[in-house]
Amino acid sequence: MFYREAGQFKTTYAADQALLPIRQDRYAMLAILAIAFVGVPLFAGDYWLTAILIPFLVFSLATLGLNILTGYAGQLSLGSAAFMAVGAVAAYNFQLRIPGMPILLSFVLGGVTAALVGTVFGLPSLRIKGFYLAVATLAAQFFIPWLITKVGWFSNYSASGVISAQPIEILGLPFDTPLRKYLLVLAIVALLALLAKNMVRSAIGRAWMAVRDMDVAAEVIGIRILRTKLVAFAVSSFYCGVAGALYAFAYLGNVEPDGFNLDLSFRILFMVIIGGVGSILGSFLGAAFITLTPIFLEVLLTEMNAAFNLNLDPGVTSMAQLLVFGGLIIFFLIVEPHGLARLWQIAKEKLRLWPFPY
Amino acid sequence: MRTWKTMLVALLALACGFAVILPVTAQQAGTQFMGILGYRVGPYGANGAAFFTGMIDYLNLVNERDGGVNGIKISWEECETEYNNAKGVECYERLKARTATGPTAIHPMSTGITYGLIDKAPVDRIPLITLGYGRTDATDGRVFPWVFPILSNYWDAATGIVKFIGDKEGGADKLKGKKIVLLYHDSAYGKEPHPVLEAEAAKLGFELKMFPVPHPGNEQQSQWLQIRQYRPDWVILWGWGVMNATALSTAQKVGYPREKMVGNWWAGSEIDTEAAGPASEGYYAASLNLAGKDFQVVKDVEKFVYAKGKGGDPRLVGTVLWNRGLAAAMFTVEAVRTAQGKYGKKPVNGEQVRWGIENLNIDQKRLDQLGFGTMVPQLKISCADHGGSGLVRFQQWEGGKWKAVSDWMSGDRKLIRKMVEESAAKYAAEKGITPGCLKG
Repeated sequence: MFYREAGQFKTTYAADQALLPIRQDRYAMLAILAIAFVGVPLFAGDYWLTAILIPFLVFSLATLGLNILTGYAGQLSLGSAAFMAVGAVAAYNFQLRIPGMPILLSFVLGGVTAALVGTVFGLPSLRIKGFYLAVATLAAQFFIPWLITKVGWFSNYSASGVISAQPIEILGLPFDTPLRKYLLVLAIVALLALLAKNMVRSAIGRAWMAVRDMDVAAEVIGIRILRTKLVAFAVSSFYCGVAGALYAFAYLGNVEPDGFNLDLSFRILFMVIIGGVGSILGSFLGAAFITLTPIFLEVLLTEMNAAFNLNLDPGVTSMAQLLVFGGLIIFFLIVEPHGLARLWQIAKEKLRLWPFPY
Repeated sequence: MRTWKTMLVALLALACGFAVILPVTAQQAGTQFMGILGYRVGPYGANGAAFFTGMIDYLNLVNERDGGVNGIKISWEECETEYNNAKGVECYERLKARTATGPTAIHPMSTGITYGLIDKAPVDRIPLITLGYGRTDATDGRVFPWVFPILSNYWDAATGIVKFIGDKEGGADKLKGKKIVLLYHDSAYGKEPHPVLEAEAAKLGFELKMFPVPHPGNEQQSQWLQIRQYRPDWVILWGWGVMNATALSTAQKVGYPREKMVGNWWAGSEIDTEAAGPASEGYYAASLNLAGKDFQVVKDVEKFVYAKGKGGDPRLVGTVLWNRGLAAAMFTVEAVRTAQGKYGKKPVNGEQVRWGIENLNIDQKRLDQLGFGTMVPQLKISCADHGGSGLVRFQQWEGGKWKAVSDWMSGDRKLIRKMVEESAAKYAAEKGITPGCLKG
């Protein structure tokens, strides 16, 4: 009833191939973009922007990157945080060492550097698969932060190995307030998400999925396995690299290489799994779930603590938050192993039949 | 399954509604609100719990004994950071908007979180107090007006330790040709002493070798085998949390004498030594503050806070980190008092507190009045020197207790000052800051 596309006839090939073929979807997407670009800046305070929305967007981008590699091309990787580190450090160095470098170009070049590094670490993927490949990418996760800490040049010989991101300025306009940073991050993420959505619908995306589903069959029908896998590694690392640059420049400001540790890689992998493997929407849902639920639970528990005078230690509420969060993850995996994106898809089908399900 | 799902959805909806309907915990108006970024879970939770319990116990003491600071009661909220940089930033953003006057001053208690907040503090006008940790070159208040690494910084610790080792060897000139190992936590915190130790090695002619230990540091077999092969005269331990106890017990396993090991102040609490058991006997550590209950202020806390059932945890009272938390809260409260002297007896905001910290002057007489006696050194902060003391004191673990084995002493302050100014100037150039003192 709410979701019926009856009467929406497609009369051209272009309409048939549109990103969002159903009218309701198009309106919903426009509404979301309007809220994100206009509504949020009108109503959200600094806390929402800096502590919730910017990290959510940055992690969405990183999750998108990993989802391209793991969800679409089927190559399991545990090196996402390392590729983020490459992006952050590369963008910092481009900005530092080339006078007059535009910041957006630095972000892009940071992504390109990450893509190159990712391609190198993707080379073993031709020979090894699955868990074994995960272990090979684990090498990247340990090697890259070590190298950045070891070689002082990367952090401009800062005593503690911390890089402090330069202020963002585009065409003379300083991006110094949380709101401006948010809009910048939002624009970049929206653009890259659109690109990703189109990429997975194109020849290269179909090649990735063919390789994921059965690489021997893909080879037989003429897909060049090595190239396809390496492109997946490059694109995925590019996304992670840009996410890393945004993490450093728009979110934290000062980052230490240890911030990009294995924990972060696992978090990104969990976002992919919870959100939905092989789904662009899932990347956003997963990032939202993993970054926002703990904060929400903690606020809730703190409020309850204060409201009912429970007199609990902050440590206890924090533990309780971890317990509930862990329980929720398991619950969602049992109820819907294909992730939140699949839940949304089921909801859509139900809405279509409502109120007369069969 | 269906009922289960319905129930869960109902529960979630209820929870959401609850969170939305409930107003943000109203802070009593007219109080001096303090935002506390604490951590009591995670690998460093035990250390954090001791420090933050001490801090809150002191705030309770000020409210219960004195009725607040000049009649202004103190209120506070603690937000759990788990020692995680991203969560620390989230907590900071959450607490900074709580009241009109802001969170007074933030103690990040983590070098990583400090780095995350350094650029935010001047924008939000919230001072950061990093007592014995954080960015060392922030001692130059002309470049870092909003950051206060009060008492002593890491370079004071490193040079102080070198001086202490020199004294043990019979003079600084005896250090020539000696072999010293730095065993450090592989993070921004652990890397902080490198430049000053390298400078000291070049100046005094000892051989320096540095071994990193990856976080969290509960596996050090390979590092200690290398140390045994190298046969150093001294080992400087620059660890945190579980790494310290592991270092001590692994040293015992490979047969390295603990009397030849000196830790910094984050490697010198009961939590570290007690966990290692008898392996800790004889181990030295630099300290910012003395341990023990033999101070008037500790007795007051027991009388006014714990006896009334408002205390945090009686087992922590008098431990190194609990006492440090007490001192950290005391310095913050005194800064508020100083600020009130200039701006009037009302809740003061971040800018006013910043002035209060920069003009803080706590001499021995004031320390005695406050009941701290010799627990912490005297402190006098100025715009050029945001550190204020630079003194360290050495303690040795003997028979299950920390015992002071030296007087308050300072390391190579001239060398540190030179390096601080160089490093701060480099930061100022990178960030485009014009160094200068802020007016009150």
